[in-house]
Amino acid sequence: MATTRRRTKAQEAQSNRPSADELLGYYRDMLLIRRFEEKAGQLYGMGLIGGFCHLYIGQEAVVVGIQAALEQGDTIITSYRDHGHMLAAGMDAKGVMAELTGRRGGYSKGKGGSMHMFSREKNFYGGHGIVGAQVPLGTGLAFAHKYRGDRKVNACYLGDGAVNQGQVYESFNMAALWKLPVIYVIENNRYAMGTSQARASAGELYQRGSAYGIPGRVVDGMNVVSVREAAEEAVAHVRGGNGPMILEMKTYRYRGHSMSDPAKYRSKEEVNKMRSEMDPIDNLKRILVEQGVIDEERLKTIDREVKEIVTEAAEFATQNPEPDPSELWTDVLIEA
Amino acid sequence: MTGMSETTYRDALRQALDDAMGADSTIVVLGEEVGRYGGAYGVTKGLIERHGADRVIDAPISEAAIVGAAVGAAMTGLRPVAELMYVDFLGLAMDQLANQAAKIRYMFGGQVGVPMVLRTQGGTGRSAGAQHSQSLEAWSVHTPGLRVAMPATVSDAYHLLRHALTLPDPVVFIEHKALYTRKGGLDPAAPDAPWGRAVVRRPGRNVTLVAYSRMVHSALEAAAALAEAGIEAEVIDLRTLNPLDMETVAASVTRTGRAVVVSEACLTGGVAAEIAARIQEDCFDWLEEPVIRVAGEDVPIPVSPGLEAASIPGAPLIADAVRMMLP
Ligand SMILES: Cc1ncc(C[n+]2csc(CCOP(=O)(O)OP(=O)(O)O)c2C)c(N)n1
Ligand SMILES: [Mg+2]
Repeated sequence: MATTRRRTKAQEAQSNRPSADELLGYYRDMLLIRRFEEKAGQLYGMGLIGGFCHLYIGQEAVVVGIQAALEQGDTIITSYRDHGHMLAAGMDAKGVMAELTGRRGGYSKGKGGSMHMFSREKNFYGGHGIVGAQVPLGTGLAFAHKYRGDRKVNACYLGDGAVNQGQVYESFNMAALWKLPVIYVIENNRYAMGTSQARASAGELYQRGSAYGIPGRVVDGMNVVSVREAAEEAVAHVRGGNGPMILEMKTYRYRGHSMSDPAKYRSKEEVNKMRSEMDPIDNLKRILVEQGVIDEERLKTIDREVKEIVTEAAEFATQNPEPDPSELWTDVLIEA
Repeated sequence: MTGMSETTYRDALRQALDDAMGADSTIVVLGEEVGRYGGAYGVTKGLIERHGADRVIDAPISEAAIVGAAVGAAMTGLRPVAELMYVDFLGLAMDQLANQAAKIRYMFGGQVGVPMVLRTQGGTGRSAGAQHSQSLEAWSVHTPGLRVAMPATVSDAYHLLRHALTLPDPVVFIEHKALYTRKGGLDPAAPDAPWGRAVVRRPGRNVTLVAYSRMVHSALEAAAALAEAGIEAEVIDLRTLNPLDMETVAASVTRTGRAVVVSEACLTGGVAAEIAARIQEDCFDWLEEPVIRVAGEDVPIPVSPGLEAASIPGAPLIADAVRMMLP
């Protein structure tokens, strides 16, 4: 069964081309994620962030493009590589950074850390550290959307390594069987820790739902416009009550898996080639400049705005107090 | 290699795997990042070069199948060492461990065993958060049919693992993430004690501190502090939780009349409760005071370093518990 959805030329022409303003917005959002992550890396190096810290640098186009196709009320869930998802969902950079430094002003009061944040307001359902565990949860979020009949969808992100968890397939079957409104976004950044896709996964990832009749599509995850187009089509399909869809985003993580990973399993040339030829931010910037959408002045303004947000976040995250010791015992259960 | 030399907990574990693989061709190592990457905590570094990719196998992120495949292979007489990167991932593999590995010998009337080792690591100390810092030994201890080892020292890291790799039944071998860089002496020819025996790490006559894994070191620290106040605490390292050597514990408690059981795992329903109950049963007539447990708080592990440290016992808390018991 062929499950790749190839769009016809006619469909292509019909699809909403992003406006100049939208493109500028994507540029800014991607840049914010990039600069935020760079700052997080610095703070980690200074010992102000401990434990895990998985940077999203290189993959920015994925969350920004998906987010562009979602509407108010749609839900999002992902793994531990979650900073970009939260910023794209509109969560406050200060609260995210302060969670990284384990402070009381962080989204989880300093209890969750880099991998575990949540925002009901932004419909961001976490930040999960057990690889693949967010997939049944996203399926459940979609179940709730369907049950309530709210016509909302869930965007459920998982990695190219997470696709080898059994619970992913239990979820795929249920989602297809019950026609749940969920888009499984496989962020194929080519590595799961030190293991390349080829060394861990048999077959094509976008086809992993084939046996359940889940349509899958490969997308250039380094290009925010391609991501948005694919996401719009998937959202329309899923919101229309046709059941789940899989989008395999071909992307790349520039940094190590986490801060402790020297990334010896791939060559510097490979990383440099991706950075110089495929970078989602540089490439969009080039297009914006070429098309005359943006000039140097405007670029500088955006740079400055983003830098201010990140600086402010870092200041907050380093000056905000540690959690009160009594917080150790709160939030385990509600008194009853 | 003979004689005593100084090494680390991590290197001792690696040497145990290396030596055992050299001696027994049925041993295969299977897990995530165990091969080319050398293990998330570096324990298996170099093994793939020495023993080949047929025996040191990088697996997809599929804990249930990793452990299940190890069980299946073990039923034929291979001796797989399956690695779970974090003990927290037991949730995914628990069915294979508890319902397959632990049951197979018994429910098939003793015809077949599962000679495998499940290597993993647990505990706090690295701000790894609620899903990567737990101490879940109680899950395995509560499952008949499993052996459980939790080395505290460099020497035990080597010898308990070597011995586990000779046993006919499944062994859950739980290392501690905060001990990997710990240094200590190792003589590959001379274990501290036979498998299944607890070891007195510090003699004393006023109180018995029973501990395992990293808490042995906190108990020793507490004992050193107490000694300055003239209180002599005996520190027992259990080394294995199945077998559980209550003989050594009882021999101590019947002398001291007081017992504190120390565990990093959360208090309620934990291994410390089991040991405390057995001490009451075995030593009731000798006890001057109720047995006390000093254990982790009944909370998920928080990330913030201050909260994380407060979630588990340290030497001061252990010493305080002892002082409370003494007249
Ligand atoms: C169940 C489980 N197994 C193993 C791990 C350890 N681990 C954390 S991330 C990771 C790699 C995941 O790779 P991928 O799904 O490709 O996501 P990426 O890190 O590339 O975003 C592994 C093995 C874990 N957290 N949970
Ligand atoms: Mg990946």
